[in-house]
Amino acid sequence: MTGIYAENSEGIFKKAVLEAASYASIVNNGPVTAICVGQPNAGEADKLARYGVNKLIVIEGLSAFDAQTYSRNIADVIKNNSLQTIVMANTYSGKALGPRIAVLTDASLVTNVVDFPDASNGFKVKRGVFSGKGFAYVTMQRAGKIIALTPNSTELKENNVSIATETYAATGAGSLTNITNTSKTVGKIPLTEAEIVVSAGRGMKGPENWAMVEELAQILGAATACSKPVSDMGWRPHSEHVGQTGITIKPNLYIAIGISGAIQHLAGVSSSKVIVAINKDPEAPFFKAADYGIVGDAFEILPQLIAAAKAAKN
Amino acid sequence: MKILVCMSVVPDTTTKITFTDNNTKFNSQGVQFIINPYDELSLTKALELTEKNGGTVTVANVGLADADAVIRKALAIGANDAIRINANPEDGQFVAEQLAQIIKDGGYDMVLTGRESIDYNGGQMCGLLGAILDWPSVNVCAKMDIVDGKAHFERDIDGGRETIISALPVVASAQKDLCEPRIPNMKGIMAARTKPLSVVEPKASEGYNTYSAFENPVAKQAVKLFDAQNAGQLIDALKNEVKVI
Repeated sequence: MTGIYAENSEGIFKKAVLEAASYASIVNNGPVTAICVGQPNAGEADKLARYGVNKLIVIEGLSAFDAQTYSRNIADVIKNNSLQTIVMANTYSGKALGPRIAVLTDASLVTNVVDFPDASNGFKVKRGVFSGKGFAYVTMQRAGKIIALTPNSTELKENNVSIATETYAATGAGSLTNITNTSKTVGKIPLTEAEIVVSAGRGMKGPENWAMVEELAQILGAATACSKPVSDMGWRPHSEHVGQTGITIKPNLYIAIGISGAIQHLAGVSSSKVIVAINKDPEAPFFKAADYGIVGDAFEILPQLIAAAKAAKN
Repeated sequence: MKILVCMSVVPDTTTKITFTDNNTKFNSQGVQFIINPYDELSLTKALELTEKNGGTVTVANVGLADADAVIRKALAIGANDAIRINANPEDGQFVAEQLAQIIKDGGYDMVLTGRESIDYNGGQMCGLLGAILDWPSVNVCAKMDIVDGKAHFERDIDGGRETIISALPVVASAQKDLCEPRIPNMKGIMAARTKPLSVVEPKASEGYNTYSAFENPVAKQAVKLFDAQNAGQLIDALKNEVKVI
C-alpha cells in the first residue's frame, strides 16, 4: 500500500501535495492513502481525490508543529495501515519530518527526487545532487520507502476516485519544543513554490532600484530572488538568495537581471524550464545557460518588459 | 555545555562537477575539498555559544583518511577535538547511524549539522539524528542561542520564520545568516596540529540506498537573443513560443 504525507498549510493542500498524490497514484497503480495533521478546509479532500487518493486520515490532537511528535504519530498511522511507500513534498517541514519518519518506520529515505521511479529492476529513483550540477540514480533497498519530491518536478495526472475521511487521535508524549512566534511573508509568493521567478543581481546597482524588479514580478505573478553578493551586501534578505549555498529552485521561468551567472549561482537555478538572462556584458556566463537573452542595460530594458508584460496580461 | 558539530567534507563551490568510471563515480581528480559551508556555520555558532556559556566543541566526520586535512581546518577554526569515523560516507542514513553511535554515549547537550551538504543535498541529517536519538530536532535555523538552559532558535518555514524554544539535548541544523564563518589564524593553525583527532571504526550497517549512476544536466541549446531596443519581444516569446507566462 502506498501513502502520502499531505502537508496541511493552514487548511490548504498546496500543489506540491497534489504532485505527491499523483506520483503515489502512478507508482502504486491503485488507490492511495493520505495522512495529514489537523482538519483541512472543506473541499480540500476532494482535491486529493482528483489525483487518486481514496482515503484521508486526519491526525487530531497535535497543536503547533513539532518534528518529534508529528513524526511519531505519522509513523504510527503508516504502520497501522501497512503503508510501505510514502511520497511527500520536500518542503522545509517535509525535510523536518521525512527523515524522522524514515527512522521510525525503518524505511529507505531519498530526498530531492525529480522523476518517476524505475521499478523494472529494484526501485530506482532519480535525485538532484551537487546543488543542481548533477543527478544521481539511487536504488532504495528497504521494503519501506520514503520519497521526498522536489516541488514542480513531476507532472500532475488526474485519476479521479472517491475519498473517505477518517480521524486518528494523536497519542504519546507531548512536545519538547514550543513555538513562540511565527511571521509569514504576507502577499508574496514563497520562492520555493513559485512557477515564475524574477531575480536580480549587482547590475541593479543598489537596493533602491528593486522597485522595477518587484513590479515585473508582481505583473507576472512571480516570486523575487537575488544573487549571493546582493544578499551578502544586505540589499535583499538572505531568504531570496538562490544558488549553491542558497536555495535551489526549479520554476517554469527564471528571469535573471544583472546577474553574471557564476557557477555557484547557475547550480541553484539550472533546472528551471526556461531561463532568461539580461546583462550588459555579452560575455556574461549566464548567456551560455539561458534560453533567451538580452544584451543591454537593465534600467533601459526593465521598463520595456514591464510595459509588455502588462499588455500581455490584459 | 558540550556541543558536537557534524561535518561533511565537500567539493569547493567553484568545482565543475564531472563523473568517472562510466558515470558511476564523482570525479574527484584535481578537486579542492572544503568544510561543507553550512557545517562551517554550525561550527562557528557552536564556538560562539561555548565562548558565552562555557563548554567544549567536538567535530565529527564520517570519512576516510583523506578527510583529515579538512578536519584539521575545523580544529584550526577553534574546535577542541575531532572524531573521524573511518568509513566512506556512501549514504545519509548510513552516516546518521554512524554519528548516532558516538553521540549516544558522548553526553552532548546539543548536536549541530548544516541545513544540507552542498554535494548530496540530502537535508536529512538533523531529522535522522533526532529520531535515532529520540531528541527534538529543529531544522534550517538562522538564529541559535542558549537561554536559561534552553535552546532558542529562529527557523525558516515555507514562506516565513518561526521562533522555537526547545529543551536540551536537541539536534539543530544551520541555515545561512546564522553567523559569519571564521577564518583560522596562525595561532589556531599551529594549535590544530596537536589537538586530538581520534579515529574510530564504523559499526555494521545493513544499507538503505545504493547509488548506481550519475549524470550532468542536459546542456542548453544556444541562447536566442533579442534586441535591447525591442525588449518587449521577449515577453511575446515567453507567452507564445514557450508559453510560460
